[in-house]
Amino acid sequence: MSEQKKAVALISGGLDSMLAAKIVQEQGVHVEGINFYTGFCVEGHTHAIRRKDRDKQKRNNALRVAEQLGIKLHIADVVEPYKAVLLNPRHGYGANMNPCLDCKIFMVSRARKWIETHDFDFIITGEVVGQRPMSQRRDTMPLVSRQSGADDLLLRPLCARNLPPTLPERQGWVDRNRLYDISGRSRKRQMALVEEFGITDYAQPAGGCCFLTDASYSAKLRDLWASRGSREYELDDIILLKVGRHLRPRPHFKIIVAREEGETRFLEGYRHRFSHIRTLSHAGPLTLLDGDGITDDDLHLAARIAARYSQGRDADTVEVSVTRQESGTSKLEVTPLPPGEIDPGWTV
Amino acid sequence: MSRYIVDARGLLCPLPVIRVQDRVAGLKPGDLVEAICSDPGALNDIPAWCKINGHQIVETIGERDEIRITVKVCNTR
Repeated sequence: MSEQKKAVALISGGLDSMLAAKIVQEQGVHVEGINFYTGFCVEGHTHAIRRKDRDKQKRNNALRVAEQLGIKLHIADVVEPYKAVLLNPRHGYGANMNPCLDCKIFMVSRARKWIETHDFDFIITGEVVGQRPMSQRRDTMPLVSRQSGADDLLLRPLCARNLPPTLPERQGWVDRNRLYDISGRSRKRQMALVEEFGITDYAQPAGGCCFLTDASYSAKLRDLWASRGSREYELDDIILLKVGRHLRPRPHFKIIVAREEGETRFLEGYRHRFSHIRTLSHAGPLTLLDGDGITDDDLHLAARIAARYSQGRDADTVEVSVTRQESGTSKLEVTPLPPGEIDPGWTV
Repeated sequence: MSRYIVDARGLLCPLPVIRVQDRVAGLKPGDLVEAICSDPGALNDIPAWCKINGHQIVETIGERDEIRITVKVCNTR
């Protein structure tokens, strides 16, 4: 009896990668999943932070898929190596800061190294020809195979019959006739497969699974880089871009105002790294200040903005505490900034 | 049997799971890993990770701001 072949499936948490893994599993191949955490993944962060969302079910979609399929899942922290992909994408960005093609090449390349280390035979992805404008086009899909180094060890079961046969097909590890020829953006055939496989639980992430495809998030990232004069970033920087209202009233500093109690609690964890403002006479959000050379006038303006977002927004004055990183905490009485004086251009 | 602590407070999903996964790697059956988390997502994700990887949850304490989940290492393949 021939030895059972082993494949690793890139599991994003969405439906296509789940179906791709299932199709190969159904052919008797041993499948395990791999999921890459870049720091930009949309994965319940906001749910975890915001109080109003705390009762929503919070589950990691890739784990949910692995549970459904009954496969092991290996989650890889690629925050550090991913920086090179984001900062210098060989194939450029999409509509926002999304380097989708380089990202796919990066992930398949990591999977290729993984199969070597773990003695697996091939790689599975849920890609579909013509489904995504950058990484899933007829002309870019061969590029992913080639530049990742996976070459014909990369099998795309949902659209394999639109592509030249790969090694697993040529060797008979999988039956090409039981693979699919799906193309384009329609979801009809995937939905038919959901029915056929009796899958009842799967995620349908609205707007994709990466913050870098989001215009508002991308604007905040560009602002962060421009203000620092450098595109360096740490995980905390990119997490903070997902939390609170970001306002840049002056070019040299930005304030992050928590929008509700859950965000205030989350930002508390960062207060030792930033000058910050709390409202004392009225309930209000925690406000962090990010920048260099922040003057007393800047702090006064930031305190008035913080007061504006507190329960004292209509009061004559609001008492606040201002903690400067370098000189400790002091108290101020400020007039909340009237709404008309908050320049819409300050919003990052 | 050894006991290890993973401090995942302030980390958001899926980092608490990754920290547990990386701590469990190389341990022996019967070893315990206690994860201290602040992301309520850990209440679902760590048990899900244990289930698919053949480990066992032996204790869960707390619900909201500080959650302690103890994992018993079972499958070391």
